[in-house]
Amino acid sequence: MKILVAVKRVIDYNVKVRVKADGSDVDLANVKMALNPFCEIAVEEAVRLKEQGKASEIVVVSIGQKTCEEQLRTALALGADRAIRVEVDSTPDALTIARLLAKVAEEDQPGLVLLGKQSIDSDNNQTGQMLAALMKRPQATFASEVQIDGDTLTVTREVDGGLQTLTLSLPAVVTTDLRLNEPRYASLPNIMKAKKKPLEVKSAADLGVTLTNKIKLISVAPPAERSAGIKVGSVAELVDKLRNEAKVIA
Amino acid sequence: MSILVLAEHDNQQLKPVTLNVLAAAQQLGGDITLLVAGHQCASVVEQAAKISGVKQVLVADAPTYAHHLAENVSDLLVDLAEPFTHILAASTTTGKNILPRAAALLGVNPLTDVSGVESSHRFKRAIYAGNAIATVEIDEPKVVMTVRGTAFDPVAAEGGSAEITSVSAVFENADIRFSHEALAESDRPELTAASIVVSGGRGLGNGENFELLYQVADKLGAAVGASRAAVDAGYVPNDMQVGQTGKMVAPELYIAVGISGAIQHLAGMKDSKVIVAINKDEEAPIFQVADYGLVADLFEAVPELQNSL
Repeated sequence: MKILVAVKRVIDYNVKVRVKADGSDVDLANVKMALNPFCEIAVEEAVRLKEQGKASEIVVVSIGQKTCEEQLRTALALGADRAIRVEVDSTPDALTIARLLAKVAEEDQPGLVLLGKQSIDSDNNQTGQMLAALMKRPQATFASEVQIDGDTLTVTREVDGGLQTLTLSLPAVVTTDLRLNEPRYASLPNIMKAKKKPLEVKSAADLGVTLTNKIKLISVAPPAERSAGIKVGSVAELVDKLRNEAKVIA
Repeated sequence: MSILVLAEHDNQQLKPVTLNVLAAAQQLGGDITLLVAGHQCASVVEQAAKISGVKQVLVADAPTYAHHLAENVSDLLVDLAEPFTHILAASTTTGKNILPRAAALLGVNPLTDVSGVESSHRFKRAIYAGNAIATVEIDEPKVVMTVRGTAFDPVAAEGGSAEITSVSAVFENADIRFSHEALAESDRPELTAASIVVSGGRGLGNGENFELLYQVADKLGAAVGASRAAVDAGYVPNDMQVGQTGKMVAPELYIAVGISGAIQHLAGMKDSKVIVAINKDEEAPIFQVADYGLVADLFEAVPELQNSL
């Protein structure tokens, strides 16, 4: 079985993002970029499934400009077998991304598609669900455990009330939550080997998808700042402040 | 405008977040229809019909909707979508699972976690873990979006008398089946709806020490949350996580105990009205957002706090 993993290049999670002075967007100039952490978990899960003998090939795909090949190489170093970059010169909307991924899936016919549950830039949490809809296949989002047994996939999901377990028929789409696994570090020999692994570039036109952007970014503002309050010297003072100043406890 | 809101419930109780989503719907203006999709959910329908400002309650009661599987509920939403200009749900794991799927089936882009309504097609939402607030305009014939409950004050749960209409369409996707679930049981209020939240971080040291927080919480009638670090360390289950990828909370009072204050955690709680931080590290970033900070050993301060309440 083939596994397709969709990954995204995003700002490194350790970087504190700043809004541009003109409020047009966030400032990503000279900012460290990385593989989205949830995508890294998705790649790791695919590699583990291959190590268990459940998968024969891992194809990793990203949609973006040439710079995102860096993240595709990272995924190849972690254990993916080959990569596809879909060339786009602007940022298309989420539905276009899902359509492009659905076309890639149609060509490659994976038994399982893995994605991160959300990217830490737009914080959307929607691509996997949309892709599953377009592929007309079942989905399991927020996965914290994935098991494959023949054509059956069992996924435990982190839902608001606790944990929910679903049984799906493959092919299926799974999006990863934080506790699915702890991604490995790529070893130096694997980083070197990744440079020689195949990376194919396709255009949206090759895939027969028209790029659209139906969501216009009007402006970006920093959040309302909370100013630091005061330090209290004791529990008694804290309780007094909460009762008599903030009036939030009885 | 005509708005369809997907009710969040567990077949017994309507989840309070539904009232916040309805508030966002009221800001849009227009007739509001509430869809209750579930199984043996008559008590939810009864609660739904009483909510102020709801014109109609649609009821889809079938075994296939019992667990709110995205495949079945999104097919139902698509079936019902025609007369509506907007389709809304809460930005919970249920809403976020279902709505993007329904949007793709309808051929439109969804919006996730909307925190402000500017007009029928212009909205605000947090990006980059809440470090930036984007205003976006969506050019779609139908607006399908999930709403951040804490960003809207709830509508009144009583005072309405909506017309109740049954929906006969039953969708069942043969490729997915509910197996089982392990839901947390607690007598404390629900994290996202509580007016006071006491949260613990890695500073607690282990799961047993959360007992200290439970005791304070029970005196305050509070819910108990946790940082990602505490959940990752296995101290407490995932449903307690507050933060960018966990739950968003905005209570009247948030007490952070032994939490350093990573931006991912702050993203989930910084809209709280009053924030208290108890941490022995006076450099901890949590103090930068706290209204009241106490630099102290939590193992001394928390029992003392409990005795003073």
